Amino acid sequence: MATIAPISTAPIERLHETWESRPGLYGILATVDHKTIGKRYLVTAVIFLIIGGIEALVMRVQLAHADTHLLSPEAYNQLFSMHGITMMFWYASPILSGFSNYIWPLMLGSRDMAYPRVNALSYWTFLASGIFIYTALCIGQAPNDGWFGYAPVSLQPYNPGLNMDFYALGLIFLTVSTTVGAINFIGTVMKMRAPGMSLNRLPIFVYGTMTASFAAIFALPALTAGCVFLYLERQFHMHFFDAAQGGSPLLWQHLFWILGHPWVYIIVLPAMGMVSEMIPTFCRRPLVGYPYVALSTIATGLIGFGVWVHHMFATGLPAVSMSFFSGASFLITIPSAIAVFAWIATMWLGKPVWKTPLLFAAGFVVLFVIGGVSGVVTAAVPFDWQVTDTYFVVAHIHYVLIGINVFPVIGAFYYWIPKMTGRMMDETLGKWNFWTMFIGFNLGFFPMHIAGLLGMPRRVYTYPASAGWDTVNLITTIGAFLFAIGVLLFVINFFVSRRRGAFAGSNPWDAGTLEWAMESPPPPYNFAVIPIIRSRLPLWEDQLGDETPGMIPGEGHSHISEGAVLAEGRETFGTSPLEAEPLHVLHMPEDSLWPFLLAIAMLATAYGLVFAQWWLAILGALGTLACLVGWLWPRHLATGERA
Amino acid sequence: MTTTAYDRTIPLGAHEGRAPGWWAMVWTIATEAALFAFLLFSFFYLGSQSRSAWPPTGPLALKLSLPNTVILILSSIAYMWGERGIRAGNRARLRAGLAIAFILGLIFIIIQGIEWSNQPFGARDGAFGSLFYTITGFHGAHVVVGLLMNMLVQIWAARGTFTRESHLAVTNAGMYWHFVDIVWLFVFASLYVSPRLG
Amino acid sequence: MIRVSRRRAPLVFALGACGMAGCGPLNTLARDGTTASSETSLGWFLVIVSCTVVLMVTILVLAAWARSRRRQTRDDVVFTGSSGLPWIAWGGVVIPSIVLVAAFLFTIGTLDAVAAPERAPAATIQIIGHQWWWEVRYEGVGPAQGVVTANEIHVPVGEPVRLELSTSDVIHSFWVPELAGKTDLIPGQTNTTWIEARHAGVFGGTCGEYCGAQHAHMQIRVIADPPARFQQWLVDQRAPAGQASAPSTADGLRVFMTSGCANCHSIRGTLAGGAVGPDLTHIASRTTIAAGALPNTEANLMGWIVGAQAIKPGSDMPTIAVPARDLQSLAAYLETLK
Repeated sequence: MATIAPISTAPIERLHETWESRPGLYGILATVDHKTIGKRYLVTAVIFLIIGGIEALVMRVQLAHADTHLLSPEAYNQLFSMHGITMMFWYASPILSGFSNYIWPLMLGSRDMAYPRVNALSYWTFLASGIFIYTALCIGQAPNDGWFGYAPVSLQPYNPGLNMDFYALGLIFLTVSTTVGAINFIGTVMKMRAPGMSLNRLPIFVYGTMTASFAAIFALPALTAGCVFLYLERQFHMHFFDAAQGGSPLLWQHLFWILGHPWVYIIVLPAMGMVSEMIPTFCRRPLVGYPYVALSTIATGLIGFGVWVHHMFATGLPAVSMSFFSGASFLITIPSAIAVFAWIATMWLGKPVWKTPLLFAAGFVVLFVIGGVSGVVTAAVPFDWQVTDTYFVVAHIHYVLIGINVFPVIGAFYYWIPKMTGRMMDETLGKWNFWTMFIGFNLGFFPMHIAGLLGMPRRVYTYPASAGWDTVNLITTIGAFLFAIGVLLFVINFFVSRRRGAFAGSNPWDAGTLEWAMESPPPPYNFAVIPIIRSRLPLWEDQLGDETPGMIPGEGHSHISEGAVLAEGRETFGTSPLEAEPLHVLHMPEDSLWPFLLAIAMLATAYGLVFAQWWLAILGALGTLACLVGWLWPRHLATGERA
Repeated sequence: MTTTAYDRTIPLGAHEGRAPGWWAMVWTIATEAALFAFLLFSFFYLGSQSRSAWPPTGPLALKLSLPNTVILILSSIAYMWGERGIRAGNRARLRAGLAIAFILGLIFIIIQGIEWSNQPFGARDGAFGSLFYTITGFHGAHVVVGLLMNMLVQIWAARGTFTRESHLAVTNAGMYWHFVDIVWLFVFASLYVSPRLG
Repeated sequence: MIRVSRRRAPLVFALGACGMAGCGPLNTLARDGTTASSETSLGWFLVIVSCTVVLMVTILVLAAWARSRRRQTRDDVVFTGSSGLPWIAWGGVVIPSIVLVAAFLFTIGTLDAVAAPERAPAATIQIIGHQWWWEVRYEGVGPAQGVVTANEIHVPVGEPVRLELSTSDVIHSFWVPELAGKTDLIPGQTNTTWIEARHAGVFGGTCGEYCGAQHAHMQIRVIADPPARFQQWLVDQRAPAGQASAPSTADGLRVFMTSGCANCHSIRGTLAGGAVGPDLTHIASRTTIAAGALPNTEANLMGWIVGAQAIKPGSDMPTIAVPARDLQSLAAYLETLK
């Protein structure tokens, strides 16, 4: 039984001991600390970003001039495929999982995520699946059918090597990581908030990742089904996609895009949420239209399930069907427009302080709108028939992906690295970083709209001089390299700041949300006492008083330095989903090797399946089962509580 | 002077409201349900596009599959009966219910295997064959996982792990089992019954 | 101010380039075809609306920056500020809704306009996609019957032509932008579309769906002829190859038959009946070879026969070792097949 205790008896040393991971190899492999896992996600995802970027730069050298033969068609096709696959699956979602993992418990006032060992598993499977798919590139048999792997090009008769087997199994493996991660976020937001943090007091970043997580658990299985079919058809000569035997290539397209479209919202909604945290801080006022932004996040996630056919407008579908999906694709613009104008209004009605994170946020708004309108262009079915599968769409997707994911991510690094490392990043270098990236990006990708309108198709390893596409391509290549230099500046700034950055303190930006309450970097237990929350911006209550959004008159202010200590082992509160009433004290799991071992077993299974070494696949599968049993075996606790 | 916001003690362990572990199973079931939804979507999509008879060898026999469906439903009922037992503190009833559910589930798998070997088509015989074996195979794999869970829960029950207040593993394994049962009803309705209605 | 012009530069460039979009063989904002013309109207509407929206938002962001310079105060405290809801109501809901509804109605209207031609088609062409070339068959009776060619289509000016699109292997997409948008060629189904050239000319196209290694080299050409010339073309194409009686052509035919060419290619009127590659009965009448990879000249033909894998690696055309004299004879013969 636990009661509320005042901070003067907070046993800091005991909390340290309880929550810290053991040093050495065991600690590295067994830790379940969400902050460590978050940082691992971030570093690994940035590595994949760089690899994917290098793949793109090589492609850009090939495409800078007509009729270049630096790369063979097969090499080019593997490169553009791995570029897309790496960026979409091994960078864009994991980077946001990294930020969410690190920040959420701090922002929510909790000591950990809901399922710490599942958290570790989501990272280890992310890493293992990345190693798996890059094995393909190392043996020269990388996937070569784009990131969307259309049939029949993906099938045995047209693709006899291992390329698409790696694709199918690698993606199934990755979806395990994303799915368990999503379940973790949902459980956390439902049960692990600080007492008093009701739904209307949740940061927009939490809404963003939460919506993305719900979308993930319902959408990812479509890809899983498709990849299972693909593997079975290729390996065991079954028939799902070959028309001659009753299958259909369009079945693949439907399954892929039923995941594919929600997926693009999964990789931007959390980033939009991060921007919704940064803009208010640097504009010195709460976000304009918070409830509308929260609702628009959810609306985008929901409508996102109803637009997938807009990737299939040229396949010869009935006009009625295309009209519906076209309309839905127009409709989904509205929630985004609401968010865009909320951000602009916050800037107008606030007092912006132009630090680096705000530069990235402002740049993001412009790029978001450019990407958004080019999406509206492609929603118009008859004109989509002209621009689909051209560089116009390549321009669109990069404006929305780099604009709405990468720019917020870099801004978020500038914003939250002081919390993670205790040191500020350099502001001057930050401004150079921003402008190089912004100019380079626009120089690289804006001309692609033109190239597309001039008829340049996608996924061509070269093009003829007579087409008249040389100039736009050369400009694009130059811009791409400039953008890459910008990314390099970010990496340099990161390393320079680790040594020479100014010490950050707990709240260098004077921000309002809870993650800025404790020292930087946070102690392993996050909060010495569990806070009690009374508003949406607890740290601004001193300055805003009763005007602080989310306050109920008469309820008083948040308690951050007073609250339950919960120091009998790894403990935190479990709270109710809507009002965050404290329901129980939860005993959180200790460090464990099972997640790591489970990921190894799954990796073995994947290698067994891809190389058709059935003994290895069976061994891996048995290992997987054994690890699950070991993991789930009830632990007996000092307090006598049983699982 | 500190202010305490709560005038009651907060219990250790999640007994009131739904435990995080319970929600983990709920969302796992949700994602698995979506998987089966997409498998069945594929079945109906290819069926709607099919130019030949669907199924090609005529409607699937109900001789084994219908009784098998009943067996699976009974196994869920047995599990529920056992779970009610532990909620009342009755460990013996829990163990009996688990055991009956296990045996019935095992019979289901065996009969399904017999049915597979009796089918006039194989997994490579066109899209229908591939879908039939993939969908029933996926379901069967989920049944096997459910049986393994049941076995673990039986072992833990034998060791006296569960009490009236604390038996989340029983509840979770039970939810999973009922889910697998309900999925079977959808699979049965789609693969065995719906072609007969067209 | 340097910052402003740097931000605006991409837009200025775009508008200038859009003006230039009239040049280029695969222009998507063209009006040479009836369908393309409707699509272009919709396209310009969307491009102009898009540029306007982007301009407005950029101005708003820049103005927010400018305002912040003026409003700079010493203290950095946070404040509540006004609710800002009119921004959301107008900018987020009302104006976008009006614009999007207009765009949607324009879309539906255009879909309807291009759904079917106003008159019955003057011809029906079956186009069968291959990795990486286009098989072309004219359907119907009279001169249209029995016309088999590859990679090049002739159509009558001002008349709609129905296209029946299918594929022998993977998904391809038929795309001649100046005439119409894309329609996919999908295994297991036949997609039907139509094109109509509003004036005479040569219109280039390319495969619009990634179809494997040589997707980049799968061009197609549509040549719009005045109706009389189109009818004559059909008659010429329908005829079998002339008798190879002259010694030079007879020798060329001999080389053709003995070098394995007939395993894949047909020349109607000879014994060559291969069905794997393009029909060569009237190859000399085509303007390009290898699906647009090279202009159709004797020299290029020779280069293609002995070096196909260097020009289009991965294609089904093998590199054929033909001695130099035989090669010249073969190419000369092929160039007589008009």
